Amino acid sequence: MIRRLGYSVAAPVASLLLALVFGAIVLQLTGADPWTAFANVWEFGTRLETLVDTLNRGTALYLSGVAVAIGFKMNLFNIGVEGQYILAAIVAAEVGAKVGNLPPVIHVTVILLTAMTVGALWSGLAGVLKAYRNVNEVISTIMLNAIGVAGLVAFLLKKWDVPDALLDTKTQEIPRSGWMPSLTWVPELFTRDIAKELYGFLAIAVVVGILYHVLLNKTRIGYDLRATGWNPFAARAGGVDPKRTIILAMLLSGAVAGLVGLGDLLGKDHAYSLRFIQQRGFNGIAVALLGRNHPVGIAIGAFIFGWLEASGGVLQVKGDAPAEIVTILKGVIVLAAVIAYAVVERKRQAFETAAAAAAVAEKEPAVVVAPVGDGTEAGK
Amino acid sequence: MEPAVLLEGITKRFPGVVANDQVNLRVEAGEIHAICGENGAGKSTLMKILYGMQPPDEGHMFVNGEEVHFSSPKDAIARGIGMVHQHFMLADNFTVLENVVLGSEPEKHGSIDFDAARQRILELGEKYGLTIDPDRVTDELEVGERQRVEIIKVLFRGGQILILDEPTAVLVPQEVEELFANIRGLKAEGHTIIFIDHKLDEVLEISDSITVLRRGRTVATVKPEDVSARDLAELMVGSELPTPTVEESTVTDVPVLELDAVEVLDDGRNVVHSTTFTIHKGEIVGVAGVEGNGQSELVEAILGLREVEVGKISLNGEDITHTSVRHRREDGMGYIPEDRHRRGLLLPATLWENDMLGHQSMEPFVRNGFWVDRAAARAHTRKVIEEYDVRTPGVDVPALALSGGNQQKLIVGREMSVPLSVLIAAHPTRGIDVGAQAAVWDELRRARREGLAVLLVSADLDELIGLSDRLFVMLRGRIVAELDPEEVDARQLGAYMTGAATAEAAS
Repeated sequence: MIRRLGYSVAAPVASLLLALVFGAIVLQLTGADPWTAFANVWEFGTRLETLVDTLNRGTALYLSGVAVAIGFKMNLFNIGVEGQYILAAIVAAEVGAKVGNLPPVIHVTVILLTAMTVGALWSGLAGVLKAYRNVNEVISTIMLNAIGVAGLVAFLLKKWDVPDALLDTKTQEIPRSGWMPSLTWVPELFTRDIAKELYGFLAIAVVVGILYHVLLNKTRIGYDLRATGWNPFAARAGGVDPKRTIILAMLLSGAVAGLVGLGDLLGKDHAYSLRFIQQRGFNGIAVALLGRNHPVGIAIGAFIFGWLEASGGVLQVKGDAPAEIVTILKGVIVLAAVIAYAVVERKRQAFETAAAAAAVAEKEPAVVVAPVGDGTEAGK
Repeated sequence: MEPAVLLEGITKRFPGVVANDQVNLRVEAGEIHAICGENGAGKSTLMKILYGMQPPDEGHMFVNGEEVHFSSPKDAIARGIGMVHQHFMLADNFTVLENVVLGSEPEKHGSIDFDAARQRILELGEKYGLTIDPDRVTDELEVGERQRVEIIKVLFRGGQILILDEPTAVLVPQEVEELFANIRGLKAEGHTIIFIDHKLDEVLEISDSITVLRRGRTVATVKPEDVSARDLAELMVGSELPTPTVEESTVTDVPVLELDAVEVLDDGRNVVHSTTFTIHKGEIVGVAGVEGNGQSELVEAILGLREVEVGKISLNGEDITHTSVRHRREDGMGYIPEDRHRRGLLLPATLWENDMLGHQSMEPFVRNGFWVDRAAARAHTRKVIEEYDVRTPGVDVPALALSGGNQQKLIVGREMSVPLSVLIAAHPTRGIDVGAQAAVWDELRRARREGLAVLLVSADLDELIGLSDRLFVMLRGRIVAELDPEEVDARQLGAYMTGAATAEAAS
């Protein structure tokens, strides 16, 4: 049991350590003192405001990671989370603004559902192409990203742009009833006042995480999805309809992807603008990899990435090193994690096989000249 | 004269299991030496050690009198040892020539000297009767021809000692004879052959000496003229060998599965031509045929994995021609796939998750058709493990941790432990040991007694003859003969399978 637990902890710890060592080397090479730099990052990163910022960023990264993980669970590589969430955010912003004042809960619900629908449709397109035309989803989602972000979103932003005093290109602001209340008061119960708003959207991310776990592990749909990921041929023989499962997975993945940008939208910006944070879809892929598609693992991955983003900027401010160091660190973490997981997984399988063989051998010693074969294929 | 291969006290342990325990083997130069034993007896491990794929934990190996220590097959090849694996290791899109030179390319001015290689292959073919066109693409070759390519590959590398791992498992009787002729040709040229098999009459026919392994130990080395097949069998399993025999007929006149003029296409090519038959309650219908003659496609069409182009399939009177796999399974169709790793198991998943596969829309595995009932599913799996004698430490181990025989027993148990009206069994005992084989046969017989209709596709002709109530032979996508299993033997069946005999000639 302890050994099994060790296997699941070994990889992330190893990859983090590796990333630190590698980061130190890079810092050294750029002429900065790694210790001072790390100390600065640590000092800034442990401030309450930075931690709140980490959670806000982590919320988005978590949803993005879950969206990617749903696809991963059945070996679908949804690269399109990027396009799905940005497109969903701008449409949700416009719809949220245009519906006017509504009762708060309903207003927010409308915005959430709009975003999920847009995300699901955009991703479902890739699903349909894959299911009925066997178009590789990596290619189609990359294309849909380009069409969505560079084409559709740019077009919509121009179309929905409302002139304001700051000459900013942005959609009309969502009325107050469509804002999500801040959760800053929760940590403030335990500490001092915090000069940064904690998005209420964090709660939605938690709910999505729980739903993800329940759907995957407690329902037939989740079973079908995982079975397809394990072995599509056996799953098909077991009655899983591959076309339906592919489309369903892409729809679910896209629906979650649609939520990625809403933390910022409902908690801070209240409109879609040119300054809307991008790249979260791609970071979600890394977060899902880091979290091994596990609801808690993804949360840890999202927190680590969110923290690096939130606290890494200080490197530049303090003049230790360029902020791009953070990007390098993120890359190293993912690379190290993927390798470490593969190694650990191999070890774990060998351990399981040996344990099974040993358990069988205990029941009936392998080397006994007994009347009937025991079916243990030791050599295989 | 020094023996070609001498193994002394070879021991190989895997965690919890001793695969080879003080095994001794003496293979004289220029002889055909058979190694017999059940699956799991340690034959494969021993051969992997001899071929340098795994190092022994203890013991000594001598080749032509010199002690050797192999760290990889390269070392073994350098000593003139070559191996033809049971599963051929050929690249399908390469020509015979490219496959043969792969890994030992003759070079000339820095590029591969294909002309010289082609010349060698033709020479080798001439010398040993291993005729094959070096420029054909491997994809187009029959199984027997592929095997010949593998043998040529070994000879091309200068192999003097050939290890053949269950070479007849994939061949029909006529092809087996050709193979045996080739093996005798190799022997005549001074090669030493180590031949792994568990078909006893073949072993008795071809070999000069036989070593029997049981549970990782050498039981005996005998001469074929001194023993009968029965003696060998008893040496192998330590008791009487079970045989597949049908008891009194339980066939009723209630049709369960009906095929009416069913046609199946693959890439626009007709792979199953207008096929009509009915399986009744309590009846086992066997389908014989050389692999690749439409049996797999027929099975896939019946299960719903493949579109039926023309014709109709009915189950218990209901037209299921265009229904989903899940619908058919819910209607009581069970399926034992021909390739358990590809079609049967979710290898990284736990046993109980594997037990659910195919039943994930049914009680007790799910409630209301939606919520997975983990406790009930696990309880069901424990029952399967108990009743079908699956050797495992528990229901939470991944399927990949089990041995092949136990994996197969799990699949058989999974399929047969839910209410069924028809079972599609494709090669249900392929690659499992005698004990597990007998268990599967028992289950099929029990199910038949209880009124199950069974379609049995198999390459094991004794199994087909022994279990079936009626026997069809498929050739090039057609049923070319319907035979009474009580009146044919494996040889005759083989003749039908290759088209050497026809139904007209028989009548």
